[in-house]
Amino acid sequence: MAEEKKLFKVTIDNISVEVEPGTTILNAARQIGGDIVPPAMCYYSKLQGSGGKCRTCLVKVSKGSEADPRPMPKLVASCRTTVMDGMEVANITSPEVIEARKGVVEILLLNHPLDCPICDQAGECHLQDLSYEHGVSATRYEFKRRTFDKVDLGDKIQLHMTRCILCYRCVFTADQLTEKREHGVLGRGEHAEIGTYIKESLDNDFIGNVIDVCPVGALTDKTFRFKNRVWFLKPVDAHRNCENPKCCGKTTLWMRGEEVFRVTARKDVYGEVEAFICDTCRFDKKEAKDWVVEGPRNISRSSVISQNHYVKTVKPQETIEKVLDGRKPKLLMDIHTVSEVNRPGIDLSQIEGPAHSDDFNKKGVQ
Amino acid sequence: MGRKLLLDKAHIEGIRYYDVYRKNGGYAAAEKALKSMTTDQVLDEVKKSGLRGRGGAGFPTGLKWSFIAKPEGVPRYLVCNADESEPGTFKDRYLMEFLPHLLIEGLLISSYTLGANSTYIYIRGEYAWIPDILEEAIAEAKKNGWLGKNIQGTGFDLEIYVQRGGGAYICGEETALIESLEGKRGNPRLKPPFPAVKGLWQSPTVVNNVETLAAVVPIINIGGEEYAKIGVGKSTGTKLISACGNINKPGVYEIDMTISVEEFIYSEEYCGGIPNGKRLKACIPGGSSVPILPANLLLTTAKGEKRMMNYESLNDGGFATGTMMGSGGFIVLDEDQCVVRHTLSLARFYHHESCGQCSPCREGTGWMKRVLLNIENGKGKMSDIDLLWDIQRKIEGNTICPLGDAAAWPVAAAIRHFRDEFEWHITHPEEALKRNFGLAHYADPLPVPQPVA
Ligand SMILES: Cc1cc2nc3c(=O)[nH]c(=O)nc-3n(C[C@H](O)[C@H](O)[C@H](O)COP(=O)(O)O)c2cc1C
Ligand code: SF4
Ligand code: SF4
Ligand code: FES
Repeated sequence: MAEEKKLFKVTIDNISVEVEPGTTILNAARQIGGDIVPPAMCYYSKLQGSGGKCRTCLVKVSKGSEADPRPMPKLVASCRTTVMDGMEVANITSPEVIEARKGVVEILLLNHPLDCPICDQAGECHLQDLSYEHGVSATRYEFKRRTFDKVDLGDKIQLHMTRCILCYRCVFTADQLTEKREHGVLGRGEHAEIGTYIKESLDNDFIGNVIDVCPVGALTDKTFRFKNRVWFLKPVDAHRNCENPKCCGKTTLWMRGEEVFRVTARKDVYGEVEAFICDTCRFDKKEAKDWVVEGPRNISRSSVISQNHYVKTVKPQETIEKVLDGRKPKLLMDIHTVSEVNRPGIDLSQIEGPAHSDDFNKKGVQ
Repeated sequence: MGRKLLLDKAHIEGIRYYDVYRKNGGYAAAEKALKSMTTDQVLDEVKKSGLRGRGGAGFPTGLKWSFIAKPEGVPRYLVCNADESEPGTFKDRYLMEFLPHLLIEGLLISSYTLGANSTYIYIRGEYAWIPDILEEAIAEAKKNGWLGKNIQGTGFDLEIYVQRGGGAYICGEETALIESLEGKRGNPRLKPPFPAVKGLWQSPTVVNNVETLAAVVPIINIGGEEYAKIGVGKSTGTKLISACGNINKPGVYEIDMTISVEEFIYSEEYCGGIPNGKRLKACIPGGSSVPILPANLLLTTAKGEKRMMNYESLNDGGFATGTMMGSGGFIVLDEDQCVVRHTLSLARFYHHESCGQCSPCREGTGWMKRVLLNIENGKGKMSDIDLLWDIQRKIEGNTICPLGDAAAWPVAAAIRHFRDEFEWHITHPEEALKRNFGLAHYADPLPVPQPVA
C-alpha cells in the first residue's frame, strides 16, 4: 500500500485546513475560500515564478509551526510563503495586515489613474476591487502622476503604461506561453516600464493572453476596446474545435444578443485563466456561428459583472401592509403613472440581454 | 594603536605585485590551509574566529558557510561581492586597489573550504580601473601556481573571474547580484530558496563581501581563537571603516572595535576631529542606509555608557537610541549641515536605485523624495512630517529585499531625532531657501551644469 502523505495543518484566521506540504499560505487560504483569502495582484497560479512583487497578499504568521512556534518577524507575502505544519496565520483578523494592505493600495494608486469610468477594464479590474475594499476616498499624493502615450503592440493589443502596476504577469505569460519573448520590463524603479524589443509588435500565437492576465487596464484588446461595457454583455461558455493543438478551444464569449463582442479565456473565482487560448480564437472568431455555445457563464467573483444577475433571489415580503394592519400605504406619487416607462408588466429579468430603449417604447404602452 | 590585520602591509611599496606580497608573508595562509588543513578544519577556524560578514548585515561567516548545500555532482560557487555602492562606503575599493593579492588569497582559501572551483568577483561598474588591477594579480597568481589546475600540487582547481556590474546599487544585494551575474536584470530574488541552496545557475552559492573574504587570510595565519580575542563580544577581529564628511582626515581605517566613537572622530590616529573647530552635529556610522544619530546619542548609549565602535554598542537600544555598524561607511556631519537636505539626498538615491519590483519601494521612495523636496524648497506643510513618517512605515518590512528598509530608515531616524529641523524648514521657508547654498531650486532631477558661454 502506498504510504499516506503527511498533510500540514494550517490555521488561517482561526479556520483550519490540511494541505499538502509545499502549498503556499495563499493557496491554503483559497482551499478554505471566502473572505479570508488574501487579495493577489501579481501572483497567478498558472504562471511559474509569479508573485511576491505587489505585496497586496501580505499576512501575519503568528505561529511559525508546531516545531518552531515563534512568529515571523515581518509580514510575509502569502503567495510565496509555504505553510508549515501547525502554522497559524492572520489575514483579516490582523489589524497590522489590514493597515499594511491599505498602505499597499494607497501606494499602488499613486501612479495609477483612477479613471475607471473611461478605462476598458472597468468592472473587471482587480485594483478597482481592491481599492473599494481597502482604499480611502482621497489620496494624500499631491504630485503629478507619471503618464505615457498609448502604444500599439501589434494590431490587436494596446498598451497604456499609465495604468500599469508592474506586476510582471504579462512578462511571465509571454515568456512561458509563446515561442519568443518580445517584451519585458525596461528601466529601473519608478522609471520601469513595460516595453517591446525596439517597438516590435507582439504577434505570437498566444500573446493575446497577456490581456487576460493583466490585472488592470494596461493591456487591452483592440478588437473590443470601448465597443461595450462588460457589464452590459452576457458571458457564455463556448467552444470550438481549434486547429491549434496547444489551444483548448474553450472560451467565454461576451455577447449581446447574437453579437459576439469579445472572446476571452475562461476565468476561475480568482479571476485567473483556467486554460490559455490562442489568438485565432480570441481575435478572429467573432461570429456566433464559429462557436458551440454551452450556456451562461457563472461569474462568481464579487464583480460588477455579476451584479444584477439575480440568481435564486427571494422577493421581499411586503411588510408595510403588515405594519399598517392590512391598510395599503398611501402613495404620494405612483412612478408608473408618471413615467409611463417603468411599467409594472415588464419583468426586467425576463428581457433577453440588457434592457434597451426599444423595450420601453412609448408606442408600446398599452 | 589598534592591531592591524588587513592593512598592516598596505604601506609597503609594490605590495600590489605578487613578488612583494609573497616576500612579505603573502600566500602563507593559503599554503597552510591547502596543504595542511582539511576543509572542515578551515571552516572550524572561521567559526571560532567569530568573523561576521562585513557587507552590512553582520551575519556570522562560518555559520553561513556551513549552510551551503552539498548535492552530488552539482558545482558550488563562491561570489565575492565587490559592488560597494552604499553611499559613504569605500573600504573594499581600498583593499582591491592596494592589496589585490590579499583578496585573491582569501578567495582561494574560502573557495577551497566551500569546494568551489569557480569564483566570481562581481565589481561595480564605476570602479572602472580596478578590474585591470585584479586581472593582473590573478594572472600573476596563476603564473605562480596559486590558481588554475592542481594548485601547488594539492589537487585543488580554481579559476577566478572578474565580472563588471553595470553600476546599479541593487546589484549589491546578493540575489540581485546573482541574477546580474547570470546576465539578467538585477532584480532581487525572493527567498527562500537561499543562495546556499539555489544560487548562481541554481547551484549552491555563497556570496561574501570583499573585506570578509580578505579577513579569512589573517584568521588562518593567526588562528581563529587568536582572531576572536581581538575586539569585544561578538564584534571580533578588525573592521575597516571608511570615514568621510566633516572630518579632518577622511580615509579608510582599520580598527579593532574596542575604541569609542568619540576617539574615532577626534583622535589624530583616525579622523582627526572636525575642521575649523566646529561642533559635531550627527553621524551616519554604517553607510547611508543605517539610521543617523545626533551627537549626544552618538557618543553615549541608551545605558549612558560610552558608545563604542562595534556592532553591539552601535546598536544599543535599537533604533530609538541606536543605529548599526552596517558596512562601516562613517559619515560625519558638523553643526552647519542640514539634516533635511541630507535626508533628501539619500531619498533621491534610494528612489533612483530601487529596482521597481515591489510596489511599496518603487512608488514609496519617489513619494518620500518629492515630499522632502518640497520641505527643502520651502514648500512644505506641517502635515508633511507625519506623512513622511507614515510612508516610510509602509515601506519598511513590506518589501522583497532590504533596499526598502534602507530607504525607510534614514527618513525615520531623521524625523525621530531632528523633527525640529523639519519644522523649522516649514515655518521659515524663506530662510530655509537662503541657506540652501544656491541650490534653492534643487530640481528633480538635478540640473545639468550648462557650459559657460
Ligand atoms: C540594496 C543592497 C545593496 C547591497 N550592497 C552590497 C555591497 O555593495 N557590497 C556588499 O558586500 N554587500 C552588499 N549588500 C549585502 C549583500 O546582500 C550580502 O548580504 C553581503 O554581500 C554578504 O556578505 P557578507 O556575509 O560577507 O557580509 C547589499 C544589500 C542590499 C540589500
Ligand atoms: S501591463 Fe498589465 S500585466 Fe503587464 S506588468 Fe503592467 S499591469 Fe502587469
Ligand atoms: S525593495 Fe525595492 S529594490 Fe528591493 S526588490 Fe523591492 S523594489 Fe526592488
Ligand atoms: S500577490 Fe503576493 S505579492 Fe503580489
